[in-house]
Formats: sequence, structure tokens, C-alpha cells
Amino acid sequence: MQKCELAIVGGGPAGLAAALKAREMGLEEIYLLERDNFLGGQLVKQTHQFFGSHKQFAGIRGIDIAEIFKDKLEDRPEIKVLKGTVAQGYYEDDVLGYSCRNKFFKLKPERTILATGASEKMLSFPNNDLPGIYGAGAVQTLMNQYGIIPGEKILMIGAGNIGLIVAYQLLQAGIEVEAVIEATGRIGGYAVHASKVRRAGIPILTHHTIKGARGEEEVEAAIIQEIDEDWQPVSGTEQEMEIDTICLAVGLTPKVDLAIQAGCQMAYVAELGGDVPVRDENLQTSNPRVYTAGDSAGIEEATAAILEGELAAVAAAADIIPESSAIDRERTEIKEKLADLRRGPVGEHIRRGLTRVRRNQNAGRDRYTRSWKS
Amino acid sequence: MLEETGIPEAGKVEASLPSWERLEQGPVAIFECFTEIPCDPCYYSCPIEAIEEFHDINDLPELDFDRCTGCGQCIANCPGLAIFVLDYNYSKEEGVVRVPYEYTPLPEEGEIVQALNRAGEVVGEARVEKVQNAERQDRTAVVWLAVSKEQVLTVRNFKRMED
Repeated sequence: MQKCELAIVGGGPAGLAAALKAREMGLEEIYLLERDNFLGGQLVKQTHQFFGSHKQFAGIRGIDIAEIFKDKLEDRPEIKVLKGTVAQGYYEDDVLGYSCRNKFFKLKPERTILATGASEKMLSFPNNDLPGIYGAGAVQTLMNQYGIIPGEKILMIGAGNIGLIVAYQLLQAGIEVEAVIEATGRIGGYAVHASKVRRAGIPILTHHTIKGARGEEEVEAAIIQEIDEDWQPVSGTEQEMEIDTICLAVGLTPKVDLAIQAGCQMAYVAELGGDVPVRDENLQTSNPRVYTAGDSAGIEEATAAILEGELAAVAAAADIIPESSAIDRERTEIKEKLADLRRGPVGEHIRRGLTRVRRNQNAGRDRYTRSWKS
Repeated sequence: MLEETGIPEAGKVEASLPSWERLEQGPVAIFECFTEIPCDPCYYSCPIEAIEEFHDINDLPELDFDRCTGCGQCIANCPGLAIFVLDYNYSKEEGVVRVPYEYTPLPEEGEIVQALNRAGEVVGEARVEKVQNAERQDRTAVVWLAVSKEQVLTVRNFKRMED
């Protein structure tokens, strides 16, 4: 069986950053497994300039950040990049099974960083299975990766950053956005994104939800309705909107299948998007061989995912090679940068979520932890 | 309310403006950046350091209006597209609002477009005075909209007539 020092699952921002940092710290046998045939994860769909620190990637578009990472990886042929490779399972003896071109392989890494990202949440409403109803990720894939417009007239559901950004991208593609509706009383995304969409003439309707979709072969209309503070429908506010596409941007949930298989202790933390592995401040899970980074450990921004990837890589390196002043310095610096990102009011829920999961406090439930690890 | 509609309240907008004297003196940048988010590229984009250094990356930018020359370098460097340059006395009759613009095709200089306010409502017409789209702007063009003086404080976007 192939052995290695570090395996990283996921070639998005967290995984890419982890691979490069692990190499920089001195690890020599690094595997990076990516399900798609290309690297970059969600970065390849993100056409907007990033926020965050000028010292990292702020002001650069996500698509270009993906290119920067890919260029850096090309200069590091020692990192084994396996594209089109699906991590199939993490076994009790800390063997990682993966498939590539219909063949199954086994890898025994000393440490594994799970950077598997997130999946989109779905919303229940009558006829939500009609063709023409998409998740925001699919809309971005069609438009920004393949140059295909999903429809002509769209209703966006969800005014978080993804809903707002994708609404803006749809406008840039020349598609009519009828409205962005949001069930809570507050726009969840950054105000600057909201203002950008609003001054293009797109109404953002808070306290509004979708009651159902109508259509025979495909979606033809959406029925939306105002809801009150208690989430109850306000009678007489129902309206039918003629559209050919509904885009759902109603949140993400961490992908944690491998963490569960690895026996990591789990916790339900709403602030982080659902079930997440419990981690220490160096992003190590309760399985000492397994670290997690990025959205798979809690839904946040790509800039934070990059820093988490780096931190996990530094910590994993410190387990394998002797502690050095460089490792120590990196660890401190990355933690400071992460704290800076999360310090403001928009980082409040992340801070609360991380505190909960770290102290395993108030964390709800652990539906998964199995006994074989203990 | 900004958090409910995406349209900043009049009070917030007013507080983000320089004095009338400064507005009348010549081009000046204004920041319609009202919520604290971790973001600092504007500070680094200003060639004369007229933006106060950030103590915390979540700080709102603070511009020294008296130092600002209205060069507009910051406009395309703001990931939130929240910076505009106002030139109240562009000519005797008209002022100019420089807005960030990321739609294609770009308008032609001299083209008459529909001027939009912060809610995206048509509030009149504007003439495209200039279109800046240098490589360093990284695909965020800056469009100079000549509008009547009264509209300098309202116009923040535009729509091409063909649309």
C-alpha cells in the first residue's frame, strides 16, 4: 500500500493552500486528491473581487486566485496532484481509499487534511422539482464555467452573499432578475453587494418567502408571499411572478462524510452550518491523524478557508517533522490573520460557532461518533 | 433601511459626504461603505495615502477629503464597488459622477444613457464623458457620467438606452 506523510482531500481554496504550505514547511510526500478534473473548487466560479486583507488576496477575483494557486503548484511537482479522484472512504486503520478512472486505490497517510467543502441546502416548497429550479452553485457552474445561461427571467431566493453575488453575475450575463427574496427581516450578505444589486434596479424583498412554483413541463411562475416576524404568511400579500428560472441560495452545509468515517467527534453547530467535527485551535479533530479546514469544518469565506488550510498544514507538519522556529512563527501568524478576519461584526456568528464547537459546549448533539475509535 | 432594502439611508449617505466647500472645489472620492467587513484594498490603492491606515481590517475607511485629489484610483480597487468620485463643478452647468461599471459592452464616450439612483430608478439622462478601463483596473471600468448639478448626489449607476 502506498504510504505518504500528508493526504489532502479537496482541491479548493483550503486544500490548495494546505498543499503549498505543507510543502513550504518541509513535508515531502504530499497527496492532493480532487474529485473534479480541475483544481480550484468554487474559486473557478467566483468572478468578483475578494474582500479581506490586501496582504492575502483582497481585490483579486476568485477565478484569478485559482490560477495563482495552480501556477504555484506547477512549480512544486513534488506535490502529487490527483485530479478526477474521489476519496471513497476513511477506514478504521487510517487508510484512505480513493477511486480514479474506475480503479480503487489505498493510501496510508500519516496525517490527513479534510478540505471537502460544503453542499447546498435545499428548500421545500410545492413543485420544487420542476426543471428550471437550480441551486446557486449550479447556476454559477453553468454560467461562469461553461458559458451557458440558465434562463431569461430569474427569481433569486436568499439574500446572503451567494444570493446577492449570483444575482449580480446573472445581471452581468444579461439575464433579468425579477427580485431577490429573503425570508428573514435582514439582508444576510454584505451591504455593498446588496447596494450593487439594488442600484441595478433589482428589488430585494426581506420578509418574503416562496410559497410554491407553478408549471407543467418546466417552471413558469413563482408564488411569493410576505411573512411576518413569526414567519407566518401575511394574508393578501401573495403574488405570482412570471419567471422561467428559480435560483436557490439558501445556505450551505459542511461536507463531513469522511470526518464521520474517520471517527471524528461531531457536533451540531447552527452557526457553522450544521454537523461539524470538533476541533482544537490547530484544527485537529478528535482523531489525531485528521485535520479539517475550510467550509467542511464550518461555512465561511474563501479567504478564511485559505488560512485554515495553511494552519492545518503547519500543524500537520509539526506532527511529522521536528518543531522548528519557522513552524512556530507560521502558526502564530496564521492564527493572527484568522482572528483579524473574524474580529468584526460579520465574524460574530463564526466566533460564536467556533467557541461552541471548541468547547463542545451547547453543541447540540453528536449523531455520529462511533465507538471503534475510543 | 440599508439592511432591509440595500438602499443606504439618507442620513448615512449625508454623513459620508465632504463639506459643500470641498465638493465645490473639485473632484473628490466618496465611500458608500457603511458596514464593517474585513476588507482593506482601498487603503493600499490610494497613491497619496489620503485614506487613514486601518487599525483593524474591519474598520470603515476614513478619507481625508482635503488631501484627496479625486484621482479615482480607489474606485476600481474597491471589491464592493462602493467608491465614487464626485466632481460637482465639472463645468458651469454639469457635474460628473464617476461610477464603477462591470457590464459589457461598455458605453461609448458621448453616449446618452439613463441615469439611475441608488434604488436603480431612472432619474434622468446622463452623458458618458469618459470610460476608463486600464489593465490595472482588472475589468472594473470607471464611467464618467455628466449629469445636472442637482443630480451629482443622487446618480450612482446608469443603464444604456438599448437595454
